[in-house]
Amino acid sequence: MPAVTVLAAPMVPAAFKAADVSYGAIAPMLIVVAGALVGVLVEAFAPRRVRHTTQLALALVTLVAAFVVLVTVSTKATNRGGTLAQAVIIDGPSLFLQGAILLMSVLGVLTMAEKFGGQGSDAFTPMGAAVPGSAHEAAALRAGLATSEVFPLTLFAVVGMMLFPAAGDLLTMFVALEVLSLPLYLMCGLARRRRLLSQEASLKYFLLGAFSSAFFLFGAALMYGYAGSLNIADIATAVSGASANLEGLLLPGVVFVMVGLLFKVGAVPFHSWTPDVYQGAPTPVTGFMAACTKVAAFGAILRIVYVGIEANRWDWRGGIIAVAALTMVVGAVLSVTQTDVKRLLAYSSIAHAGFILVAVLSFDRTGVSGTLFYLVAYGFMTIAGFAIVSMVRQGGSEASHLSQWAGLGRNHPVVAGVFAFLLLAFAGIPLTSGFTAKFAAFSPAVAFGGTSGVALVVIGVLCSVITAFVYVRLIVLMYFTEAPAGEAVVAETASPYTTIAITVGTLVTLVLGVLPTQVLDLAERSSQFLLK
Amino acid sequence: MTSLATLAAADGAATAATGITAYAWLLVALPMLGAAVLLLGGRATDKWGPLFATAMSWAAFVVGAIIWISMVGRDPGARAASLHLFSWVPAGSFNVDAGMLVDQLSVTFVLLVTFVGSLIHVYSLGYMEHDPDKRRFFAYLNLFVAAMLLLVLADSYLLLYVGWEGVGLASYLLIGFWNHNPAYATAANKAFVVNRVGDFGLSVAIMIMFAAFGTVSFAGVQQAAQGGAGEGVLTAIGLMLLLGACGKSAQFPLQSWLGDAMAGPTPVSALIHAATMVTAGVYLVVRSGFIFHGAPNAQLVVVIVGAITLLFGAVVGCAKDDIKKALAASTMSQIGYMMLAAGLGPVGAAFAIFHLLTHGFFKAGMFLGAGSVMHGMNDQVDMRRFGGLSGAMKITWVTFGLGWLAILGVPPFSGFWSKDKIIEAAFIGEGWRPWVFGLTALIGAGITAFYMSRLFFMTFHGKKRWTDDVHPHESPRTMTVPMMVLAVGSALLGLVLSIGGTFTHWLEPITGSHGEEHPVLSVPVITILTLVLVIGGIALAWMRYWRDSVPVAQPTGSLATRAARRDLYQDDVNEGVFMRPGLHLTRALVFADNRGVDGGFGGLAALVGGTSSRLRRLQNGFARSYALTMLAGVVVILGALWVIQ
Repeated sequence: MPAVTVLAAPMVPAAFKAADVSYGAIAPMLIVVAGALVGVLVEAFAPRRVRHTTQLALALVTLVAAFVVLVTVSTKATNRGGTLAQAVIIDGPSLFLQGAILLMSVLGVLTMAEKFGGQGSDAFTPMGAAVPGSAHEAAALRAGLATSEVFPLTLFAVVGMMLFPAAGDLLTMFVALEVLSLPLYLMCGLARRRRLLSQEASLKYFLLGAFSSAFFLFGAALMYGYAGSLNIADIATAVSGASANLEGLLLPGVVFVMVGLLFKVGAVPFHSWTPDVYQGAPTPVTGFMAACTKVAAFGAILRIVYVGIEANRWDWRGGIIAVAALTMVVGAVLSVTQTDVKRLLAYSSIAHAGFILVAVLSFDRTGVSGTLFYLVAYGFMTIAGFAIVSMVRQGGSEASHLSQWAGLGRNHPVVAGVFAFLLLAFAGIPLTSGFTAKFAAFSPAVAFGGTSGVALVVIGVLCSVITAFVYVRLIVLMYFTEAPAGEAVVAETASPYTTIAITVGTLVTLVLGVLPTQVLDLAERSSQFLLK
Repeated sequence: MTSLATLAAADGAATAATGITAYAWLLVALPMLGAAVLLLGGRATDKWGPLFATAMSWAAFVVGAIIWISMVGRDPGARAASLHLFSWVPAGSFNVDAGMLVDQLSVTFVLLVTFVGSLIHVYSLGYMEHDPDKRRFFAYLNLFVAAMLLLVLADSYLLLYVGWEGVGLASYLLIGFWNHNPAYATAANKAFVVNRVGDFGLSVAIMIMFAAFGTVSFAGVQQAAQGGAGEGVLTAIGLMLLLGACGKSAQFPLQSWLGDAMAGPTPVSALIHAATMVTAGVYLVVRSGFIFHGAPNAQLVVVIVGAITLLFGAVVGCAKDDIKKALAASTMSQIGYMMLAAGLGPVGAAFAIFHLLTHGFFKAGMFLGAGSVMHGMNDQVDMRRFGGLSGAMKITWVTFGLGWLAILGVPPFSGFWSKDKIIEAAFIGEGWRPWVFGLTALIGAGITAFYMSRLFFMTFHGKKRWTDDVHPHESPRTMTVPMMVLAVGSALLGLVLSIGGTFTHWLEPITGSHGEEHPVLSVPVITILTLVLVIGGIALAWMRYWRDSVPVAQPTGSLATRAARRDLYQDDVNEGVFMRPGLHLTRALVFADNRGVDGGFGGLAALVGGTSSRLRRLQNGFARSYALTMLAGVVVILGALWVIQ
């Protein structure tokens, strides 16, 4: 009987073949992993006095080395393509985004290192129960409870972020999602001031993150059921071939996977965590998270959408279009009534996620390059923006309420001026990267997005006007309103670390506004996905 | 009826710039260099900086003049030239190139801006001599000239917008130049805020163009507008452009900032708030003629706005005692005339620019005259303390007098040739329009004669009402020479340019040609009516402000006078409509009064604000609600997709 012979046959695979590993292609990620692991050792063995400096140097060297290697890798065509049994795909978009993530994390790490003249990193607590500046905290510091673990945590998160847009199958993508998320959950809870807010943020982010991960995983399972493979290219073949038996699994699978990813970029209605977490997390972490997570998650969205499920886009497109429209409208409208600058920027980041989705939904190669460019522009201005937020203080703690920003322009014209410039960039005023980015994102939507693309662009433009009002109001507040009575709000003199981060972020914002050709070209050249 | 066919032919034929025209970028670069050197050079440039800035401005004029001469040498059809600078935003299939359009219209502006601008640089050398921050002042002036030239030379709405913001910035910096005085700083802020409202209009217009046509260059938009774009789209663009123009040109309902902008140094008022920047709105409307041509309703709104503003400014001008504010009201009114003419389409557009040009000369001249008076009168501005200055300041009196005759429209001075034509054009048409707009323009001319004569007589004639400590004297040569040059322009420019219709023919490729049109009243009748009204206005002013003595203290006046003194309550209205969303809101934020935030919005902003605070309640801080929102989102999306499928 045939059935019996099948059962009786030995269960050994025909021939086990180890997957090919192109070490060159994944070298940048390996370097960051190594740096993170060394960081753990440093945390355990280095004496307390030099730990902060060592960790900082290690993190910077690791990130810069990874970037240099990445640039070298990208020049050789043999490094392109799938590796590790197609689990990792190194192609234009993934190289571009990995490079962007590395550069942005350098700036992020610099802002995390800010001490403002204190002993450890200013933003992070050495001990969960200690009040800033208290004897308790000093005791914790003396006991060697330093705050430098944030650097290896950052490196681990960076590894996940780099892997996320390069993932060739859904399982790898899920692993990357968790690798980038877990350190971030921790980092959100490390704030030195407003401890409860920070811990609450951390817990909320974790709970909701777990919820969304479950959706992603379930969606991946349904897709496997549909296509018989987790590989994104195989799923694409199955979708376009339409030969699968379990047709009904595809749509819920697509929706669930997209929900998991849209959660990470903060798209409505999966955005609720964003304002709370952005507000509660230590400000340098907020900046890092806002910039780099968005880059990584949009990279993953691009790969799923453009490689995996484009063929049946007519089935699921409507849902994502609704999400994009909602995201822009809710982000813009809610930013109007915010009174906390970090929450304001959080809603702004939600609105920006909507703008980027408009580009994604154009379903054209220029949509990919528009997205890539937007991510770079947005990331740099965001890190610089949050770095400035961390500098503006009243009585030693961050002056995050908008009323405290009144009159800042009179006492600190340079800081307020740079912030005003960044706000104009958020608003998308010409000669800033924000304008070029909106242009690059909206034009493919008009050209290739059909009626819905035009409708989305119209909504996007109207929402830009609303958000521009919010930003201009803040500028007016800084420059034309008398400072409130009471303790003065000051912009702390930052160390070179923060200064460099702000300067670089602002310069990039300016250059991408005035002479964006080079980066636009690079994004254009990097916009081709490889299947394997 | 009118036709824009010639317009399409000429503009489509804007050839690549060659010869000297290829150096048109110098026009912007030279003053920009001046501004950069003075601002970056710091105190080291204190000594020679102002002279350097003046030289840069004259250099730009020379370049402009050479370009103009080379343009005159070409056929009318081959005069327009485009100059590609660099690819600004190459995004996929859409490109925005930074480029310049050097045609008859832009060259006219280049000459006006650089010539009047350079004269005012010279004047400022004397006027600002003792100011410790002279260098900064000249840097801003140069910055303004560069931005204004960029505005008029841009070949796309986007680049125009950059220049538009640039002149706004320079204007803001210069109004608040003496910002140690809080009232002046407030005036600067007011200009800033009101201009923002207008700028939003312009940016929305650009966005609509981009969304609808996929291009923002003049040539591209023109092609799309004439190639069957829907009237709805064109009307929307037209109205948004008009909103932008209203903000920059102080037109109703965004006119309130101009009077306060007089807080700036007088040369600034002459250059920016009389001759050049405030006329940018007129430029925008004329340049966008192809859009308004396809949107008759938007065009009608332009004419209405112009008509309202010309009366509004004239009425306000009758009651002001501050010489600069009276001149500002007159500027507003005259730009109203230009706007009205621009809205009439090809029939009036050329005269709008013509009046803009002559107005640039005589109004700048009068502002410089006012500055000269203030210089001699210890910076007083109250005309009730002037009087009888004609003896003490002969040159100022004569030059101002020529400007006065010009703005009145007395033949053969400049204003007659341009303003009278606008009144004639306003009488062209069918139905109720020519009667309403024509009579408005006609009555406006009469009021103009009254308030300008009032200003002139109160300042230079009648009894001396000086305060005890003033010793009026003529100003130094650096100040009087520019006044004399401008006075020559006020007297002769109109006549010279209208011999044989030179100027209107020159602009025809841009503004479009039109057939023979006849006003509803015959031309001699209109001219005679205008002159009668003007003489009546002068006579009335003569009786009240020359023959009778003028009280030193301001009399209470009738209800109408008080209303006019308060700018017809425009500030009170604006406070309700425009300032509350801005000021009240920021103030509310300062006091962290959330309810105040919601209460302070008006109109659309209230909708957004109200929705915002309602939506905000969903953000209640509970992780369980957030999770529920997510779940609901998933269910709705999936459900909807299934249903659609």
